[in-house]
Amino acid sequence: MTRIDATAQRGFDRVLGAENVISDRARLRSYECDGLTGYRVIPALVLLPRTAEQVAAAVRVCAEHGITFVARGAGTGLSGGALPVADGVVISLQRLRRVLAVDPVDRLAVLEPGVTNLEITKAAAPYGLYYAPDPSSQQVCTIGGNVAENSGGAHCLKYGFTTNHVLALEVVLADGSVVTLGGDTTEQLGPDLRGVFLGSEGTLGIATKVTVRLLRTPEAVRTLLADFPSVAAAGEVVSDIIAGGIVPAAVEMMDTLAIEAAEAAVCAGYTLGVPAALVVELDGPAQECHNQFERVKAICEAHGCTRLHIAADAEERAAIWRGRKSAFAAVGRISPDYFVQDGVVPRTRLAEVLSRIGEMGEAVGLRVANVFHAGDGNLHPLVLYDASAGETARAEKLSAEIAELCVELGGSLSGEHGIGTDKACSMPKMFSEADLELMGRVRDAFDPGGLCNPGKLLPTPRLCGERPGKYRPHPLEAAGVIERL
Amino acid sequence: MSTPSAFDPHRPPSRELLDDCVHCGFCLPTCPTYQLWGEEMDSPRGRIYLMSLAEQGEIGLDGALHEHIDACLGCMACVSSCPSGVRYDRLLEAVRPQLERNVPRSRSDRLFRNVIFALFPHRRRLQVAAAIGVVYQKLRGLPAMARLTERVAGMGATFARLAALEALLPPVRLRDAFAALPERIPAAGTARRRVALLTGCVQDVFFHQVNVATARVLAAEGCEVLVPRHQHCCGALELHSGRELSAIARAQRTIATFEKLPVDAIITNVAGCGSSMKQYGELLADDPAWATRAAAFSATVRDVHEVLAELEPVAPRHPVRARVVYHDACHLGHAQGVRAQPRAVLRTVPGLRLVEAAETELCCGSAGIYNLVAPDAAAELGARKAANIRAAHPDLVVTANPGCLLQLRRHLAATSGDAFVPLMHPVQVLDASIRGTAPAMD
Repeated sequence: MTRIDATAQRGFDRVLGAENVISDRARLRSYECDGLTGYRVIPALVLLPRTAEQVAAAVRVCAEHGITFVARGAGTGLSGGALPVADGVVISLQRLRRVLAVDPVDRLAVLEPGVTNLEITKAAAPYGLYYAPDPSSQQVCTIGGNVAENSGGAHCLKYGFTTNHVLALEVVLADGSVVTLGGDTTEQLGPDLRGVFLGSEGTLGIATKVTVRLLRTPEAVRTLLADFPSVAAAGEVVSDIIAGGIVPAAVEMMDTLAIEAAEAAVCAGYTLGVPAALVVELDGPAQECHNQFERVKAICEAHGCTRLHIAADAEERAAIWRGRKSAFAAVGRISPDYFVQDGVVPRTRLAEVLSRIGEMGEAVGLRVANVFHAGDGNLHPLVLYDASAGETARAEKLSAEIAELCVELGGSLSGEHGIGTDKACSMPKMFSEADLELMGRVRDAFDPGGLCNPGKLLPTPRLCGERPGKYRPHPLEAAGVIERL
Repeated sequence: MSTPSAFDPHRPPSRELLDDCVHCGFCLPTCPTYQLWGEEMDSPRGRIYLMSLAEQGEIGLDGALHEHIDACLGCMACVSSCPSGVRYDRLLEAVRPQLERNVPRSRSDRLFRNVIFALFPHRRRLQVAAAIGVVYQKLRGLPAMARLTERVAGMGATFARLAALEALLPPVRLRDAFAALPERIPAAGTARRRVALLTGCVQDVFFHQVNVATARVLAAEGCEVLVPRHQHCCGALELHSGRELSAIARAQRTIATFEKLPVDAIITNVAGCGSSMKQYGELLADDPAWATRAAAFSATVRDVHEVLAELEPVAPRHPVRARVVYHDACHLGHAQGVRAQPRAVLRTVPGLRLVEAAETELCCGSAGIYNLVAPDAAAELGARKAANIRAAHPDLVVTANPGCLLQLRRHLAATSGDAFVPLMHPVQVLDASIRGTAPAMD
């Protein structure tokens, strides 16, 4: 936390009202981290605007005084994307949470950025419509954050990511001007600036209004939970389902440890002790859904499925998903601390990457729980550790190695949690210098002063030389080249 | 180098419990104050963060921590929604006494709270207050009195609190306020259970008919009901407000009164009382003279719906043809996990159609003494709850806590032009169904 220029502070007080500007140190500290608590920075101020106009006015004050700003939704991000900047402000969008319109004819909804993902579906449900992307934190994460991270979720295998469902964005740019990217129809001319903004992790501006597509609630949904004697067997089931021309709404896999955690949290009816469990969900027209479901059951049985539980009703289906969606946080029940990874591998290499992860964990004496979107190869290994036993550094190293292993196997560093602060320094493992430079130029075009969420997504020498958080020796220090006085 | 904790050594929040929070934020949407204000410090996650900073000695107890813990309704919706099993209930009950002991309140706040705690836990004083209330309610119709009330309400925060108290007052029947149940009510037919009934303070003075109905329904379902004459307040309001010493004294007295009775269960029809009595074990765990007795007592405490849901219905029911919204009292749903049983019990009534209102997990704003000490926030929540309930178009609203009944009555009545929605306790509906009479309105 650094003090901010007095005229700037008066500017914020003027546009928002002093009661909507947090400057008290204890209160500021409750904003010092998001869902990834390993990184903490106390911001200079937290701003609580109520309207898009106030957001723009606050950003204009920032631009005028060269103050950096970080937009924050529900603070559930797992890559430190909403980590504050010490001499900057946090702009919280938690008071912009009105559903502005639901249009059942054109099948779209217009939302303020603080509306939660699940609220969109709740608002659309009376019209037989829903919003498809469903991150596991959907009850709390906001559409603004979903836009920033281009969030996915269990059902993005069939329905795509946030970018496939956002039609238009009203955005406050770094100079405080307000622009609209995209439009209310899917066919749009010119370069897709809406697409550029999606997944830019708050580095290009702040979305203040989001227009999303709504889909018709499927006529039928069938969900099964199947246990397998090995991760490899479950992996083969996934490959066979896709190879058979079936596009399930979701295919999720959990391993023994993840099941143990989820059961401890919500008693969803998973079998304790099985090496792997698959959740397969099909949706669509009733007849097609029924036929494909029979084929999925047959594939499961062909691969030695030890228990097949078919959700009998909406309640049982909800229980299965509750187990899956609470898994991350539930790991808190079986381990004092954990890191969540978010790597992606080609689907065919699932079994291989899992056995490698198992070996890497064993080698350093740490447990790794696995929860993942098996259908699209998006892994979420959870590295379990105990900070009080001094395991943090080992766990962080293992976690980073797992992400980099994914790149080595032809995949990606991140599926849906974003790069944020956490993986910015791993970007060069995946992209060449020229790639990164080009990304930097796009960023500069939107935000030449570098005021929007600096230090996220793209690696910077300051960030990657000395990482915030606990002290650890600089690489040059470790090599004996420099010393700390 | 670590700084000493800001908490005093008497039962501070444990580091272990604080560390259970992984900062995922799943608690935010069900937290009433977060819904109102959208500020991190007024969410369970933010409050735990502040507790944790205080435990590490990085912030003091006064200021931010005190204000944001005071703003918490203690509804425990966060405990229900937490995937990591964080015991916010235990954290809050550790922190509130610390703040009461160590952070001085302003003079007017202290006075107002003292008035509340000098009144509500005392049945006799409440009876007197009810008697004054009856006179007051008769006078309220006079224009001069109405003008006085308006003037008082316009005089700042303290008077806003008094106005809140006034607006909550239910119409009282004097005969009820002073009535008492017999000490033993025999079971109809063969006794299947023997139970003891806590009659409560506010419940017995303002909602005596609920106790009458409870005893009748239990008897009709084969329970012999014992009603100890010299029972006192269970201490729920004090326990939930951090007044630890008086809460402990009341707990001990209640245990001593009930433990000698040869019963299968100690029953309450009040959500707040049930949740506090089930906590006696934890409250007195450190006291060697009481720990075992308290644990044994808590193990026998049951909400009336838990017992009724267990017993196969024997008393014939008459139809009650109505659309009914059951409102989950936080201290029953979130604190005790009793959600299915009241609904199951209501479903035994033929003709009754249960409908769910939106946002069932969200507190109505009553929250013990909350609607008295924080009338503005409570009123906003009350209006929101009333709108959700109205949208479900009920003929009747039922809930198992006098605080919720008072709060809902006020806010369901507040919207003029809307139809009157009767409110009662679920056992009153059951009682009407068993007796074949129209449900008696309060």
